[in-house]
Amino acid sequence: MTKTPFPTGPITAVRGRAVVVSGDDIDTDRIIPARFLKCITFEGLADQVFADDRAERPGCHPFDQPAAQGASLLVVNRNFGCGSSREHAPQALMRWGIRAVVGESFAEIFYGNCLALGIPCFTASHDGVLNLQAALAANPTLALEVDLDSLLLNASDGQGWELVLQPGPRQMLLSGAWDATSELLAHGAQLDRLVAALPYLNGF
Amino acid sequence: MRDGSGKRRPRLRFSAASAAVSSGTLYDKVWDLHQVAQLPGGSSQLFIGLHLIHEVTSPQAFAGLKDLGLSVRHPERTVATVDHIVPTTSQARPFADPLAEQMLATLEANCAEHGITLHGLGSGRQGIVHVIAPELGLTQPGMTVACGDSHTSTHGAFGAIAFGIGTSQVRDVLASQSLSMGKLKVRRIWVDGQLQSGVYAKDLVLHVIRTLGVKGGVGFAYEFAGPAIEALSMEERMTLCNMAIEGGARCGYVNPDQITYDDLKGRPFAPAGAAWDRAVAWWSSLASGPDAVFDDEVRFDAANIAPTVTWGITPGQGIGVDEAIPTLEQTHPDERPLAQEAYQYMDLQPGQPIAGTPVDVCFIGSCTNGRLSDLQAAAAVAKGRQVAPGIKAFVVPGSEQVAAAAEAEGLDRLFLAAGFEWREPGCSMCLAMNPDRLEGRQISASSSNRNFKGRQGSATGRTLLMSPAMVAAAAIAGKVSDVRQLLPTMPCQQR
Repeated sequence: MTKTPFPTGPITAVRGRAVVVSGDDIDTDRIIPARFLKCITFEGLADQVFADDRAERPGCHPFDQPAAQGASLLVVNRNFGCGSSREHAPQALMRWGIRAVVGESFAEIFYGNCLALGIPCFTASHDGVLNLQAALAANPTLALEVDLDSLLLNASDGQGWELVLQPGPRQMLLSGAWDATSELLAHGAQLDRLVAALPYLNGF
Repeated sequence: MRDGSGKRRPRLRFSAASAAVSSGTLYDKVWDLHQVAQLPGGSSQLFIGLHLIHEVTSPQAFAGLKDLGLSVRHPERTVATVDHIVPTTSQARPFADPLAEQMLATLEANCAEHGITLHGLGSGRQGIVHVIAPELGLTQPGMTVACGDSHTSTHGAFGAIAFGIGTSQVRDVLASQSLSMGKLKVRRIWVDGQLQSGVYAKDLVLHVIRTLGVKGGVGFAYEFAGPAIEALSMEERMTLCNMAIEGGARCGYVNPDQITYDDLKGRPFAPAGAAWDRAVAWWSSLASGPDAVFDDEVRFDAANIAPTVTWGITPGQGIGVDEAIPTLEQTHPDERPLAQEAYQYMDLQPGQPIAGTPVDVCFIGSCTNGRLSDLQAAAAVAKGRQVAPGIKAFVVPGSEQVAAAAEAEGLDRLFLAAGFEWREPGCSMCLAMNPDRLEGRQISASSSNRNFKGRQGSATGRTLLMSPAMVAAAAIAGKVSDVRQLLPTMPCQQR
């Protein structure tokens, strides 16, 4: 569990160790099983991240490895976060300590939920991610830094990887405008004009 | 353009007989109509015409609203119900589970405070959110629909652009009736031919997902079109669009047509009188036009689709009921690690026929297949037969209205006589947030939408997805069975 504050303001870089969760199509039921959604706040979710996968083989899950404790980056493969739209999944990851995710691809709702929390989801090529995962398997305590400006992931041993972050989310994170609420509220007059013009809101 | 086997074919033009169609896809037109502003960074601010909320993903959104000192901008455009956590045996308050009771009480308080209509238990209108909104006529063509639930894609059956969102976005919609969104590409899924008797929309969508994969639709909206789609009832179209998300497509839709309008007419929130004719004209104008350009297109032939069953741990790991579980050699190299994980988790052998796989629990219900026609299809199989000894089989209507309509036809008595339990409406064992769940290694035949590890409430429980009629067949036989063999003289009443 982390004492790092939750993301706030402009997000320019994320530093720290990484935890690798390998495999394609890891769904949000895996990240946070549905029984933990019986709550009216997100506060208690940190301990429950990957609960069933971790209980299946006690002590063996990547999130239970000594080197993973305090990690701030998560490295995954393809279509991570598919399935249920539950924001409880990125909330649980964030409360555990994750501040950025690097993977081959992400499910869209999960990606948007992460962005709304100030957590960038970077992509890299298949070979790039496999190479990064191999480097972390060889040295699980490798210190890493992902930079949203240069779109590079640099390791303390000199290795580096190129990352991709969609231009829109990148700009939102860099400027600190990743929490869309204030931006959305700024266009009240345009919204009112649209409401006055939409046929189904005006008796067709 | 590809066909279902990946083969390229010349592109077909859209051939709907709609008179007033203009160019562009329905997705493009609805998007343009709802775009409030361009946001910095290239995303769009999209107005949300219908916002649906429920007890699981809304409490933190209301709390967030309060933290920011904001109010609900258009409370009349948000509609609430309770579905995920409700028990299906006794729905008496307070619920036996204090956490479930707290969630419902919180939703009730939030709706009362902000002036939001809540279709609660016993109102006659409660049910799974994706069942009740179409049933009430709230879901209409040309709308944008958002809900904190990934199966919001269901509403695309009406020619709406509908998608699931997270809780921060629920807060944003409450505050601003809009969302920050990036535009999707559009892939047309063109389906020729006609589904065989005993083959349903569920089989069609499982077949599409099996072919294109669970990540094939990432970045796309799926437009379902072609003769086989035009022949589907609204309830079948909802089943189809419901599972677009399981193929990675955040939204799926069908262009509105006479079947759509006939379904909507007379529903409580549908337009009436002179407004009805204006509405139909407007809705018709939104269908993808003859010059619509799709970013991709894939063709299928409905006649080639068998009743489809999943054998693995993603909805893409499906096969025809007459097929064997694929071996590693028959599996694409990229998919082999997941196949191996699935063999192990499911304890099913590659090369083994899926028919004959014993099941423990049979569940008919969910936002995918909990509507009246789903229950009718299952009842046609169950009629005059008995659930096999040792099998727990239960039917959970999708809504109070579905339950009432089914009971008026005597389906409850038919199911009870056959040895099924008849329950109260809710999401139930689709995601097992209520007391309905698998125990230990139990294996279910389920008409729901996800066969993920642990999905049905046991960390080691196993799920075989199939149509409601196939679930009924599995309940009767105690094992996976080809429903077509139980329906020798069944007319095509489900088509």
